[in-house]
Amino acid sequence: MSGANRIAGQGRLTPARTARFTFDGKSYEALEGDTVASALLANGVHLVGRSFKYHRPRGIVSAGPEEPNALIDVARDAARRQPNVRATVQEVFDGMKVTSQNRWPSLTFDVGGLNNLMSPFFAAGFYYKTFMWPKAAWEKVYEPVIRRAAGLGTAPTEEDPDHYANRYATCDVLVVGAGVAGLSAALAAAATGARVILCDEQPEVGGALHYDRSVTVDGKEGFVWAQEAAAKLAAMENVTVLSRTTAFGYYNHNFVGLVERVTDHVARPDRKAPRERLWQVRAKRVILATGAIERHMVFGNNDRPGIMLASAARTYLNHFGVAVGKKVAIYTANDSAYEAAFDLKRAGVQIAAIIDSRSKPGDAVLNEARSHGIEVLPGHSVVDTKGHRRVSSITVVRNGGGGKRSIAVDALLTSAGWTPSVHLFSQSRGKVAYNAETGQFLPGTYAQDCLSVGACNGTNGLQATIEEALAAGELMARATGNDGGEKVELRGENAFEWTGGMAGAAEGAGADTNVKAFIDFQNDVCAKDIRLAVREGMHSIEHIKRFTTNGMATDQGKLSNLHGLAIAAETLGREIPKVGLTTFRAPYTPVTFGTIINHSRGDLFDPARKTPMHAWEEAHGALFEDVGNWKRAWYYPRAGETMQEAVDRECRTVRAVAGVFDASTLGKIEVVGPDAAEFLNLMYTNAWDTLKPGRCRYGIMLREDGFVYDDGVVGRIAEDRFHVTTTTGGAPRVMNHMEDYLQTEFPHLKVWLTSTTEQWAVIAVQGPKAREIIAPLVEGIDISNEAFPHMSVREGKICGVPTRLFRMSFTGEAGYEVNVPADYGQAVWEAIWARAETLGACAYGTETMHVLRAEKGYIIVGQDTDGTVTPFDAGLAWAVSKKKTDFVGIRGLKRPDLVKEGRKQLVGLRTKDPKLVLEEGAQIVADPNQPMPMKMLGHVTSAYWSENCGHSIAFALVEGGHSRTGQTLYVPMPDRTVAVEVTDMVFIDKEGARLNG
Amino acid sequence: MRKFSVFAVAREALRGHKGWEPQWVSPEPRKEYDVIIVGGGGHGLGAAYYLAKEHGITNVAVIEKGWLGGGNTGRNTTIIRSNYLYDESMDIYEHSLKLWEGLSQELNYNVMYSPRGVMMLSHNIHDRQSFKRHIHANRLHGIDNEWLTPEQAKDFCPPLDISATARYPINGAALQRRGGTARHDAVAWGYARAASDRGVHIIQNCEVKGIRRGPNGEVTGVETSRGFIGAKKIAVSASGHNSVIMSMADVRVPLHSVPLQALVSEPMKPIFPCVVMSNTVHAYISQSDKGELVIGAGTDQYNSYSQTGGLQIITHTLDAICELFPMFRRVKMMRQWGGITDNTPDRSAIQGVTPVPNLFVNCGWGTGGFKATPGSAHLFAHLIAKGEPHKLASGLTLDRFRTGRLIDEAAAAAVAH
Repeated sequence: MSGANRIAGQGRLTPARTARFTFDGKSYEALEGDTVASALLANGVHLVGRSFKYHRPRGIVSAGPEEPNALIDVARDAARRQPNVRATVQEVFDGMKVTSQNRWPSLTFDVGGLNNLMSPFFAAGFYYKTFMWPKAAWEKVYEPVIRRAAGLGTAPTEEDPDHYANRYATCDVLVVGAGVAGLSAALAAAATGARVILCDEQPEVGGALHYDRSVTVDGKEGFVWAQEAAAKLAAMENVTVLSRTTAFGYYNHNFVGLVERVTDHVARPDRKAPRERLWQVRAKRVILATGAIERHMVFGNNDRPGIMLASAARTYLNHFGVAVGKKVAIYTANDSAYEAAFDLKRAGVQIAAIIDSRSKPGDAVLNEARSHGIEVLPGHSVVDTKGHRRVSSITVVRNGGGGKRSIAVDALLTSAGWTPSVHLFSQSRGKVAYNAETGQFLPGTYAQDCLSVGACNGTNGLQATIEEALAAGELMARATGNDGGEKVELRGENAFEWTGGMAGAAEGAGADTNVKAFIDFQNDVCAKDIRLAVREGMHSIEHIKRFTTNGMATDQGKLSNLHGLAIAAETLGREIPKVGLTTFRAPYTPVTFGTIINHSRGDLFDPARKTPMHAWEEAHGALFEDVGNWKRAWYYPRAGETMQEAVDRECRTVRAVAGVFDASTLGKIEVVGPDAAEFLNLMYTNAWDTLKPGRCRYGIMLREDGFVYDDGVVGRIAEDRFHVTTTTGGAPRVMNHMEDYLQTEFPHLKVWLTSTTEQWAVIAVQGPKAREIIAPLVEGIDISNEAFPHMSVREGKICGVPTRLFRMSFTGEAGYEVNVPADYGQAVWEAIWARAETLGACAYGTETMHVLRAEKGYIIVGQDTDGTVTPFDAGLAWAVSKKKTDFVGIRGLKRPDLVKEGRKQLVGLRTKDPKLVLEEGAQIVADPNQPMPMKMLGHVTSAYWSENCGHSIAFALVEGGHSRTGQTLYVPMPDRTVAVEVTDMVFIDKEGARLNG
Repeated sequence: MRKFSVFAVAREALRGHKGWEPQWVSPEPRKEYDVIIVGGGGHGLGAAYYLAKEHGITNVAVIEKGWLGGGNTGRNTTIIRSNYLYDESMDIYEHSLKLWEGLSQELNYNVMYSPRGVMMLSHNIHDRQSFKRHIHANRLHGIDNEWLTPEQAKDFCPPLDISATARYPINGAALQRRGGTARHDAVAWGYARAASDRGVHIIQNCEVKGIRRGPNGEVTGVETSRGFIGAKKIAVSASGHNSVIMSMADVRVPLHSVPLQALVSEPMKPIFPCVVMSNTVHAYISQSDKGELVIGAGTDQYNSYSQTGGLQIITHTLDAICELFPMFRRVKMMRQWGGITDNTPDRSAIQGVTPVPNLFVNCGWGTGGFKATPGSAHLFAHLIAKGEPHKLASGLTLDRFRTGRLIDEAAAAAVAH
């Protein structure tokens, strides 16, 4: 047998199939199908962790996702390591390394345990009241110490080599939870022909049937029936059954996030398989069958290893074949825990006593207990426990006093009743309602198309659950238009009806006591902490939660929230529903970041956009810069060249000979329709109805507030057709901006917009020899200066393929922008390059483009403007029509502050030291010797070394700049102050002769 | 008010902490107050405190629909910095930062202001231009903000991936060392305690349903879920619902309200020493004293009052976090939530007089109101007491949207060309 506490003949695991794992370096044997928790218990290991604040020794409390204590670090190898894993849900695989957390130097001897001795000092919220003196010590001393002491596991330090997957799915009915209720609902829904997804967080379906052996369905043992039902469902074409799959978030419009754990239980996973898979499910209807979670009893020192939930002990026995102790007591306020005693007794475990805080337990369980010869102590309570690394004895008293006795035990099972799992219901924005009779918060008002069935709906009793679930399954399926199939009928029987339950502090942990009666184990929140919070004026449950940290641990209060609420209500003297629950938030259980992002990493994080000529540019040594999503050729260094040398050479060559530039990233929009010119009149500041077909114009686009939004050259291809260009980064938003206005403000206009950014490759050929380069390649267009002057556009052919050929320039040189269908981009580029290279031209990148346009005084929207600049500020008054009565931004432009004196205006700057290049972003002042804070006049927007000018050049936005020409201003840098002269913005060819050459 | 100190805690430890008194009292409302502040978040509670402390106005009530600090004060990712671009912004955020530096002592409440440094990552030339512009402006205004090389950035924040093969390689960073975080709940509670001690009434679970006006249009009080309460002055600071409250006085404020999401991981031992923000990949992250990674996500694309949000927003943010810090892919998200932010057209706040006599407003702090809390509260108190703005807040007028004198911090971080 693997583990001394495994009992032959108990449980459902196969004794022959073993696996080995280590815990804190020591090797243990487990059975396939074990969780880490069941395997440790089988080996007699109860101490598995330390609590967050007091570092108290802690054991396994539960057998499910609500586990607050047994958090472990699980590693497959150095990079495949995850902290804070619940030992109660992590399946063992052969070779896994498990390490305990939050202890130093070891789990059994933890220096942090000193905190426990200091615990009277460390009451809830104590840190708000101290660590304030001396002032500097918070940052230097107190906080670092607190940070080191806090935290649980150790974060991974290596990149995760595993991969994760994503599935989008739709279905008619999503059923969450595959216990009796979920299976019944799924069977009924599937029978109609509806498309059903059934998911359950456990490896096997069955839910409570894992532990509840006193249940039969259709005459079979419950767990056996469940497996058969799941197999039947899985065989149906219209059903998907997902095990190890947690529904973690219920979002708007029946959108539910599921996480499927695919390989974490496998010793040698197929490396092609994802570790986990995210399912994003849009369901027409949702059925929640999420069950209920047992609560622990709240009494003094209720946190020792060996003290666990009664249902957990049943799971370990009935499913895993593990006895959690040899001499076990039960402390309960409700009937269900009695069945743990019966099961253990049958398996040969000694039951020390059942201590029932109620004076009148249910007759059925009481009689059964007596027939087993088990001592029952009704009206008694456990008020204290002893035992360092494991509970060794409990102190029992009669309620109201007297009858004190100590009972030696090695395990204590507790149950204060059951909390319906309304997490997902509540996430769906449904409103819970309090049932005073059962003391439960249950689904009240639904906000989405879903229904809750079974224990999560407060339904008690097996047959009632089955009938409710069958009806819900059928109802929801039929609501989605599925009306086939026959009615499903099932018959279930259970041995005992369960009654009872309590919330809050038990006997001996009341308001007059000062014992450590834990409600939130992980965060070390005791009943007295809740009372302290109330005493200090925290009367809202949200304040109590935040002040005490109750329910803020990794289990998010699955065990503790109701206890905390009950104690708060009692202390406040209010009814529980008047105090109210804290908000349930996603995720139900923590979800790995990697699963949420799944494929979105590396190249798929944000796809890089590349132009048709990218491969050529790469092959010719270009370095690239990121502009939005685009990779743009930045400059083409030759062997041994620095960036500055390469850019200088490219700048010289373009002005002396010519250069070829990839302008494909510019945004392009085809604006078509009888009202296209009128539409552009409204979208741009300048006039478009006067533009003749075959001509182009530079346009400025404003936002409603009058500030420059985008710019670009627009060519009129025909009366009803414009070829609009935008900035590279602006393409999508300009398209949206236009669509927005077209659909909301100007719906009467007959205009159609099509984004053509990626349909055209654009090759700019600029420089004195530009015409000579392209002339032999162009067909059907007279490109002579007379027939095809600056700012013209023609359609024709180049290299035998269709082109829209623009005569335009962003360098100040005569030039062309050759638009060809993207698929031909590289071939045409290569043909042009072959000519260009022969004639001594160069390829140039964005850096040279920036320098050349600055030499000529052309601005870049987004660099020289920033959303606070009007066209007048930018020196573009000529582009604002004075005749038009309307365009987007015309009213914004007239606001008082947009027309007043002293606005920041774009100017040119020259440094007094011509060699010195300013830093872009540097601030400008009139008096560099003034005290701080200085009055800043503006900032440098662009600055370059101009090889062609032989001095540095810059643009700046300067207060009243247009009237400061000739003034000397100063740029104070950390190490020196740079004197600059305000100039106009055109540094070469002020007359524009070169453009027309 | 009983002073908090290590000695007080020790004394109480000996007697089971039975001697602590309520941190603030919640009396029945009076018939009338000199000032009613609508909204019990950090800004409103702080304004009440400074009204009492610095202006001697103690007949003040803070009226809160739910629980103190339950709005954006208790939902944000607690980042504090002052390295803004424009004078108006620098003035107010630096004023705030200076108050943060002494706030625990001022309030006798440990708000855990932790100047661990706020580092903003630069990924491209445009980022660099924008950050340098900020750095130079900050320096000449007397605010610390420095440029780091990628290697210096990694030294400061070791988990950072500065490899050239990243999708958006890091070409530098701007660091404000005095920036950091604070404990958000403590800010609300600390101000509430200190204000209550000076006689301010803290009234929770009291929803404002209307604003009553006098013959000259001036405000005379508020209709609430607990009846009418008179007021000589009303100051609105109810982030997320400011436009709703202001409309009760027929004032339209230029706000749009959208849910902003955030999330935390499970707690872990210290791994992340500072605050890191990236505009280009849209992420910001720090680690709380409790050990959780605190991660700010984006806003939904549509206006809404739902304090939740879609999974896709969280996904996008975690994409970015895992791109910058690949080792966090195996870390788990523990909790996600949302809060409603009120945003102005220029992304700067509004604090000032309104067209309605004796009605004042403090709103539009968008996604960054927490860091402004002490400064905003301090200047708002001045406005309420004097009836005109303090000079440090004089640029935040409501009127600027009419005249066009915007403080466009969003534009200043303009998009790539």
